[in-house]
Amino acid sequence: MKADIILAGVGGQGILSIATALGEAALADGLLIKQAETHGMSQRGGAVYSHMRISDKPISSDLIPGGSADLILSVEPMESLRYLPFLSEKGYLVTNTTPFVNIPNYPDVEKVMTEIRKFPRCIAIDADTIAKEVGSSRASNMVMLGAASPFIDIEFSKIEEGIRRIFARKGEEVVNMNLDALRRGRKFAEENR
Amino acid sequence: MRFLKLKILTMQKHLFLGVEAIGQGAIDGGMSGVYAYPGTPSTEITEFIQENPIAEERNIHRKWSANEKTALETALGMSYAGKRAMSCMKHVGLNVAADVFVNAAITGVNGGLIVTVADDPSMHSSQNEQDSRFYGKFAMIPILEPSSQQEAYDMAREGFALSELTKVPVMLRITTRLAHSRAGVETKEVLPENELTMPGDPRQFILLPAIARKRYKGLLSSQEMFQKLSEESAFNRYENGTDKSLGIIACGIAYNYLMEHFPGGTCPYPVVKISQYPIPESLIKKLDKECDELLILEEGAPFVEEMLKGFFAKGTPIKGRLDGTLPRDGELNPDLIAKALGKELFKGFDVPEIVANRPPALCAGCGHQDAYAAMNEALADYSKGRVFSDIGCYTLGALPPYETISSCVDMGASITMAKGAADAGLVPSIAMIGDSTFAHSGITGLLDAVNEKSNITVVISDNESVSMTGGQDSSAFGKIESICAGVGVDPAHIHVIVPLKKNHEEMVELFRREFAYDGVSVIIPRRECIQRASSRKRNKK
Repeated sequence: MKADIILAGVGGQGILSIATALGEAALADGLLIKQAETHGMSQRGGAVYSHMRISDKPISSDLIPGGSADLILSVEPMESLRYLPFLSEKGYLVTNTTPFVNIPNYPDVEKVMTEIRKFPRCIAIDADTIAKEVGSSRASNMVMLGAASPFIDIEFSKIEEGIRRIFARKGEEVVNMNLDALRRGRKFAEENR
Repeated sequence: MRFLKLKILTMQKHLFLGVEAIGQGAIDGGMSGVYAYPGTPSTEITEFIQENPIAEERNIHRKWSANEKTALETALGMSYAGKRAMSCMKHVGLNVAADVFVNAAITGVNGGLIVTVADDPSMHSSQNEQDSRFYGKFAMIPILEPSSQQEAYDMAREGFALSELTKVPVMLRITTRLAHSRAGVETKEVLPENELTMPGDPRQFILLPAIARKRYKGLLSSQEMFQKLSEESAFNRYENGTDKSLGIIACGIAYNYLMEHFPGGTCPYPVVKISQYPIPESLIKKLDKECDELLILEEGAPFVEEMLKGFFAKGTPIKGRLDGTLPRDGELNPDLIAKALGKELFKGFDVPEIVANRPPALCAGCGHQDAYAAMNEALADYSKGRVFSDIGCYTLGALPPYETISSCVDMGASITMAKGAADAGLVPSIAMIGDSTFAHSGITGLLDAVNEKSNITVVISDNESVSMTGGQDSSAFGKIESICAGVGVDPAHIHVIVPLKKNHEEMVELFRREFAYDGVSVIIPRRECIQRASSRKRNKK
């Protein structure tokens, strides 16, 4: 088993919460992990990414080699395109469709979506709307993890367990909302893949 | 299979960033104090220790220092008293601490002393990509360079004993990728702290020339031992290979990038893995003897490569950063190493042209923005290029929409460069510096300006935190006006103002008045960093 995942977004969007949930799940499944993060200057409103590698065999490099990522998981549409040189021939592109516009020259959103849809293996999901439907826009990253989950070779119940553990101290309500978000994301991906 | 899974689980007890692994390793190694100034990518070592329960229980020293020089000197003081200490900094921080760093190799240590330096090749958050291994070699001390988070932990834990054995400080050098990458780390038992003990030789730390000469000879004669330790180190090794057309030397994290291409240890070429310096001579000589060509992989400068190549490049052909096999600058990655090995990989897909850059920016609502808006208006009457800036979030004032500043060089250089420009006749000259940078290295420069009544205005944009690195405590908190007055700035020309839109006109007027004043004035726009304020409120809840 191997999953090389590029997590992408904008500083402040909390992509590392996805990494944490997935990391918990992978650990519970007895898998090995390496995960490189972006800290420092680019955090504030800049493009941020994380290389997340999960495997049942020892992992050497902290960085995913170019052209070999199994999945790009982006919480912002334009950011999903920034890391295409990492995507493998058979890799999936899973992205949120809600743009994060904090630069004056943000491209036309339709053009961004056209580029995304060029990939046959892509899931474009309005995670923000689904998150609001389940109770909080803050759950949108868990919608995204749900949408990516069919393409990651980890038992879905393990991902659910990971979310339970991470949100446990915030109470049952928050746990259930995030689980709901996760399941809604997964359902969307399975219906639209 | 079940057994294997269990084993992996126990081995992955902790999912640590490289920096966290170092923090845990230092605690488990019996450290009594960490001394540091925040700097990416080293900051989280100290932050990890600050929040660690064992550190709290043992009351390990873990408060921030004013700068890297005070940090390392204090750590040396703790070592003098027999206890184990670590000082952490980013690579350019070692420039600040260079005086004590080089001399500490001559005084030697009593309790174990580790100097952890985090380099930033590719300059993700830095103004240069200097390679700290040169400093380690310059000071002639052992250097440890982990290839993995586990090694980072082990080196921090065992580095104190190595320092006590060699009787000199030990450098622990990491780079950005290892610092900020997570992996499973197996921890070991927590060692006891050292007892308070005085140095055996009461004159060890007195570097009067007569004593320093003796001690320096001692350091020189220790080199042989350091070499032997490197050759026998478990962190260095010679790995056999069948294809001797090429021998590879892989330093630190470059070893992982290399092995990425040979899963399961199938590298056909002989490899020397270096994670402890001085470079292990016997292993390198063996590789040189057995192989037709050498390829050197190292993160940072061609440090090993230059040493092996020599001036006339007469020996075995050497490939690396100097002959173009690898880029001369920037960090390594698996792709660059694949290319160096002549491997063809799928290159992925092109980034569509519509993708725009998304540079970092000052946060919406940040006080620096209001300070720059007012400053720009007050400067409209003068020719451009008069604002000398410094290291911090406010350096983003170089970018649109502000484009206010003309320099960013090193910590504290805003004030001194403004003074130099004013000396040359560029009056008024203005310094733009943050509160923690002022505390770090601005005060002595201000004293120079006061002593010569320089025609400069110093703007200390005070957000009451070290914000660029994540909102650490600033050592000048609540003391800035009294420091300025104490250094000798006329209190009539020290002003505090709240940088808010509603105070814009007042701020512009204040800037205008003080720019026109012929002497040293200090303007302190003060409003708490909005990131720090919101995290403070969150923590209160």
